[in-house]
Amino acid sequence: MFEAVSLISKIMLPALLVFIPLYALFQRVPIYESFIEGAKEGFPTAVSIIPHLVGMMVAVAIFRDTGAMQFYLQFLTPVLSFFHIPEEVVPIGILRPISGTGSLAFVESILRTHGPDTFLGKLASTIQGSTDTTLYVLTVYFGAVGIRNSLYALKVGLWADLIGFLASLGICSILYL
Amino acid sequence: MINWIWFFMILSGVVAAAAQGRFDLVTNAALNGAKDAVAVCIGLISILVFWLGMMRIAQDAGLLEKLARLMRPVARFLFPTVPPEHPAMGYILSNMSANLFGLGNAATPMGLKAMEELQKLNPDPKTATPAMCTLLALNTSGLTLIPTTIIGIRLKYGSVEPTEIIGPTLVATFIATSMAVLLDRYYQHRTFDRSGLLKPHWK
Repeated sequence: MFEAVSLISKIMLPALLVFIPLYALFQRVPIYESFIEGAKEGFPTAVSIIPHLVGMMVAVAIFRDTGAMQFYLQFLTPVLSFFHIPEEVVPIGILRPISGTGSLAFVESILRTHGPDTFLGKLASTIQGSTDTTLYVLTVYFGAVGIRNSLYALKVGLWADLIGFLASLGICSILYL
Repeated sequence: MINWIWFFMILSGVVAAAAQGRFDLVTNAALNGAKDAVAVCIGLISILVFWLGMMRIAQDAGLLEKLARLMRPVARFLFPTVPPEHPAMGYILSNMSANLFGLGNAATPMGLKAMEELQKLNPDPKTATPAMCTLLALNTSGLTLIPTTIIGIRLKYGSVEPTEIIGPTLVATFIATSMAVLLDRYYQHRTFDRSGLLKPHWK
């Protein structure tokens, strides 16, 4: 099944790049003009995200790089080990929703020290791969259109992250322990 | 909520730095964070320009409408508040397909375009709509068939079976995404009244 899906992922982009313009030509769309018209929106959209992303990533960097996160983690770790959650993956779970590169650094350190094919290695990979960076997605998507009041979106995203973390832990324990 | 999380992260960082007597940590972190954020946005420029161009061709050719018509049952279930013929639907479905097939680069431009179209339906441009929250729930829970990035990293560290985690990841992401959709529904009912207006508490 992996080969099939991986093949689809690989040929999807080239296939789309041929299919979309070809189909459009048959519909008598001036494709080059259309492309330019659409592409014009790219730059202002990217620029409009800057303030939102700077605001968020500065706060995340301060929280992470000053050691504040480490400080909170040390209280959390005993509680989590009580529930048989390996302490090595706790930082990944905590960082995953707020900083994708931050949690990736912890995943890489586990893969380096324990090896990618160990229980911890597989668990860390699964946690990293099973959800996206909630805070980043929220900031970018709402930032791009100027939404200030995100209602319950953050709450839902964070719950989903926790559920994804626990699900990864459950499924990896069943399969690999 | 976001205001408090933001302030909490900054305050704990400053206190932690003060406890170590090293305020330079805060300064460096702030500058690095800002630099990284701008770098991410600069990286987004090329992707956005390219994909928004391609998407415009698809839209002008009526392809997005076709996709929306094809996937109507899914779309109506997930986004009951968006008129099925609305252009937002085409972008939403493109965004979901791109995520599913691991075209992460393409997913963001399509998602942002979907947001923009949803914003046109929004009576209050500063406050999110239920459809926007659903789109966000789908994107933050990261539904994808193949976690390509992490497979690459496993290879880098000499994994014998880099793809072995596809199965567990798929199960975990499926659970997370379904729960996200359910929770999104639950909060939607608590936040909006029957006619789709915000309950007073949330304004």
